[in-house]
Amino acid sequence: MSEAIQVHPEYNYKVVRQFAVMTVIWGIVGMSVGVLIAAQLYWPALNFDTPWLTFSRLRPLHTNAVIFAFGGSALFATSFYVVQRTSNVRLFSDKLASFTFWGWQLVIILTAITLPMGLTSTKEYGEMEWPIDILITIVWLAYLINFFGTMVIRKVSHIYVANWFFGAFIITVAVLHIANSMAIPVSLTKSYSIYAGAVDAMIQWWYGHNAVGFFLTAGFLGMMYYFVPKQAGRPVYSYRLSVVHFWALISLYIWAGPHHLHYTALPDWTQSLGMAMSIILFVPSWGGMINGIMTLSGAWHKLRTDPILRFLVVSLSFYGMSTFEGPMMAIKTVNALSHYTDWTIGHVHSGALGWVAMVSIGSIYHLIPILFDKPRMYSIKLINVHFWLATVGVVLYIVAMWMSGVLQGLMWRAINADGTLTYSFVESLEASKPFYLVRFFGGVLVVAGMLIMAYNVYRTIKSDSEELAIEPEVQPA
Amino acid sequence: MSSFWSIWITVITLGTILGCYLLLRWCLQNKTGVAEGDDMHHEFDGIVELNNQLPRWWTILFYVCIVWALIYLVLYPGLGNYKGLINWQSSNQNIQSLAESKAAVEANKTNGVINQYDREVEFADELFAPIFEGYYKKTIPELAKDAEALKIGQRLFSQNCSQCHGSDARGQRGFPNLSDDDWLYGGSPEKITETLMNGRQGMMPAQLDAMGEKGIQELVAYVLSLSNRPDLDQAMVDAGQAKFAICAACHGQDGKGNQLLGSANLTDQIWLYGGTDKAITETLTYGRNGVMPSFRNTLGEKKVHLVAAYVYSLSQDK
Repeated sequence: MSEAIQVHPEYNYKVVRQFAVMTVIWGIVGMSVGVLIAAQLYWPALNFDTPWLTFSRLRPLHTNAVIFAFGGSALFATSFYVVQRTSNVRLFSDKLASFTFWGWQLVIILTAITLPMGLTSTKEYGEMEWPIDILITIVWLAYLINFFGTMVIRKVSHIYVANWFFGAFIITVAVLHIANSMAIPVSLTKSYSIYAGAVDAMIQWWYGHNAVGFFLTAGFLGMMYYFVPKQAGRPVYSYRLSVVHFWALISLYIWAGPHHLHYTALPDWTQSLGMAMSIILFVPSWGGMINGIMTLSGAWHKLRTDPILRFLVVSLSFYGMSTFEGPMMAIKTVNALSHYTDWTIGHVHSGALGWVAMVSIGSIYHLIPILFDKPRMYSIKLINVHFWLATVGVVLYIVAMWMSGVLQGLMWRAINADGTLTYSFVESLEASKPFYLVRFFGGVLVVAGMLIMAYNVYRTIKSDSEELAIEPEVQPA
Repeated sequence: MSSFWSIWITVITLGTILGCYLLLRWCLQNKTGVAEGDDMHHEFDGIVELNNQLPRWWTILFYVCIVWALIYLVLYPGLGNYKGLINWQSSNQNIQSLAESKAAVEANKTNGVINQYDREVEFADELFAPIFEGYYKKTIPELAKDAEALKIGQRLFSQNCSQCHGSDARGQRGFPNLSDDDWLYGGSPEKITETLMNGRQGMMPAQLDAMGEKGIQELVAYVLSLSNRPDLDQAMVDAGQAKFAICAACHGQDGKGNQLLGSANLTDQIWLYGGTDKAITETLTYGRNGVMPSFRNTLGEKKVHLVAAYVYSLSQDK
């Protein structure tokens, strides 16, 4: 943590600073909306009979805010930072970087206005209407040109593994976003998808699962490959493991979408194929976890004192857990129990809160002092408090959803001696209710951690560098 | 699927899996030009990478998953048009009518196709049929006094009927309350069974063209007077009465409806589509269409028998 910090005036840190700060702000916004809708599931009156406060409109706002506003800002910040540092060159274009930042903020604000208004294309994880989709495409192409432009003008002979992952994420998200959003507009605020029926469903989940695979996995693995070795001060465990797991991961993920559509009108062959590929995908996914965790060989003692490293390592543990759980849930027999239940919600959040949010938070804590030219974060103790709030919050959330999900799955399939269903839907909902309270509480802890982070970041930026130069007390776990 | 697309899918599927296998084999050998365990001699912002061998347990896991996937794709459909060795399918996915469905079920039996849905239905039918067979021998009034039978009827009702008629069977706007004594098509055991087996199509024709807006207002006044609504404009009521002849064709001269036609009784205070001035105006202006679906093919007569007993019991004094 206290390594000498060098200022590299040749790098463009402005865009990194902008995105790093917005990561914290959008994280608080997106997660708070999540807590609100979690509360609505327990206390339905909390929608105040106001259309734009209803679960149906705020849920897409929550998912888009955490994935694209929070996760997106974290990816922009870290990829712009990492590609410069590991290519030893300033960004290809400062103007494009600035355009990417302001364009992306405009996308987020337009989304935050239109979704609560009920303007939606109904494409899950991409509900924005067509004018916003076009804006996203333009901003994304600017990002793509800038990222690859920087790699082209790099001053080192090889391309670092983090940049392979960032590159794959940027190209694939462009393809996914354009293909999934193809629609025929009928007015400025309404369009119809060019796909219909089972094809529409398949395109939707090809996109949806690869939003997970490329946006939330490949991109964040890129982040992991820089910040874990950097924070641990250790070499990456195995170059050859990175090669095999990178190529296998990106070539297998793209097939996995159909496992969201088991036992539906999707043709049988598509379902089986999606399942078979999802199972193989388990192995390269774990390749990334192994490479991250094993990078800590010889540095495990640092976990005792460094809460930032703790964030990064726990994120890898959640990554390993989710990527085991995912292929298992893709098995048709397991899916028959888990599908449509809260188990899926738990799985998503062990990935989104446990992996994506924790690796981003760790990386941002690493970045803030460097970006604002301070010796360290204002309070290491508060990072430690944040770590425990986040960890306990995520565990409460996931465990509650597992229990609720399995309970729902079992109740829905229970039958009486006469073959009729034992429970009505509302009875399973009643059984889930206590778990919704636990989930809400877990979410509150996670948001509380983010607020502490915001305070810590604010104090760091405002602090006097000399004041922070004094070594803080050690923060044991 | 045309053979082109079938081959396309097969080739890229097997190509991807083979590619993963070859990649794994290639990375297992040290072709980096650097001794195993040494660093790769390139450094990025202070980060170096070691040339460590892939973990053995992880490599084995990779092989196991690849082999498992290949076996699965040999046994089950997945490679384009190839049906799989065990001839399994989830359901009859391409049927478009009940007749095609029945034909497909029979064809699967003769062709030795393992159709998961057909098999589950067959299994359930064999297991539960005797229970329904037993109840079918009793009459509906008998079953309406049999607590066990009513329990089964109620469960069937909550899974098949409550979506429209409510879990307490008290209905909602547009869907009749089944717990009172007011029946559109009759509340006898035979009539309830008939309704369930064949479904019903309720149709109140739109009157805007025939009556005009003023005529509709007069009719609304008269219709409201039939159930003794207070504070009506007597002139309007009288004008409406004069126009009621056309309505009487279905609702009867006295407005009490006709169960043979399913026309509503207008003299009670029960309103399927609402009894406010506005709602009745809407009914007269645009007409109404009520659909009760037939359960002949979905539940079958034996289960319908128990549902009918349950519905019948709701309007009987206990």
